[in-house]
Amino acid sequence: MSKLKLITDGFIKNNPTFVLVLGMCPTLATTTSAMNGLEMGLATLFVLILSNMAISLIAPIVPDKVHIPVYIVVIATFVTVLQLLMQAYLPSVYQTLGLFIPLIVVNCIVLGRAEAFANKNSVIDSALDGIGIGLGFTLSLTVIGIVREILGSGSIFGWKFIPGDGILAFVMAPGAFMVLGYLMVLFNKIAKKN
Amino acid sequence: MAATSSLKNMALCLTGVCLICAAILGGVYALTYQPIQDAAKKALVASIAEVLPEGGNLSDAQSAEGIDEYYVSAADTTVLAYAVKSTTVGFGGPLTVMVGVLPDGTVYNTSVLAHSETPGLGAKCNSDENFMSQWKGFGPEKILKVKKDGGDVDAITASTITSRAYTAAVEQAVNFVKSLNKQEE
Repeated sequence: MSKLKLITDGFIKNNPTFVLVLGMCPTLATTTSAMNGLEMGLATLFVLILSNMAISLIAPIVPDKVHIPVYIVVIATFVTVLQLLMQAYLPSVYQTLGLFIPLIVVNCIVLGRAEAFANKNSVIDSALDGIGIGLGFTLSLTVIGIVREILGSGSIFGWKFIPGDGILAFVMAPGAFMVLGYLMVLFNKIAKKN
Repeated sequence: MAATSSLKNMALCLTGVCLICAAILGGVYALTYQPIQDAAKKALVASIAEVLPEGGNLSDAQSAEGIDEYYVSAADTTVLAYAVKSTTVGFGGPLTVMVGVLPDGTVYNTSVLAHSETPGLGAKCNSDENFMSQWKGFGPEKILKVKKDGGDVDAITASTITSRAYTAAVEQAVNFVKSLNKQEE
């Protein structure tokens, strides 16, 4: 498999949100605006790359029966590191995403990639897979965030271009499901054509 | 490729991984401890500065009954204003407001520290200009109740519960400053 394909696979063939349908909790909860979606995606990207690399390194010495607890400990460590770093250096971002950062630990994407990819591939390939899947996740969250922000608040990345309130439902949970559903249809239709 | 799942291997592997992870976490915690404290303090000072008139030295946090904590801003011995952190229960959970109160009981300004109100409705207490600006210079002669309850506070449309909670938080702060004044007299 070529190195480039490892990255692009994460965008289309293995897009975590629209094709694998993993990590729905942060997807639905943090995409109230484009910026929030983008930030959450980048946070997950950071954890994915590091955990993929660490797990592909230690996989050969981990006994099968305890591999899940070991992976979770590794992932949780990186998430906590990220949380501390954000609290220290990006307090405003931490305030909006706060609750959802610890939840990256239980994001199925991270453990899923550890199980499906990182534990049987080289460190470099795993890092590339992390980048691909992470960017795919970031892109999906940002797109959902953009659509919800335009419809729900009449703005895009905080820049308001429609005065007034927008459609409230799109800021709340029902809108998240609707936008996700329609984007999934659209995405799979386009992806199948190629 | 994976090591055999003997008891010894499993114990060794888990212990090793946990030790390394604990060491990493301890290191990062120690490194970020000071920056996190600084960031929290900066956010607090910024929120206080927002609700108080300029000038004056800020005291340390002092606790009192009925409110969370308060800070006194004074120039020499004259008290310029009080910054009172006050919490009430809003629609979605606790609503914490920083209220700047002048010694005569006039509200100087307010800002939201933490809330979990409904996005697009109650959450507007943090962004709705009409609602937020009415607190600037809210005099002691006005009644701290929303108009629906016979007071002088314009509520946020469709968010009466949030508006009531916000008003109650301001009222707590103002009453606290009034009680301080009484003690001094």
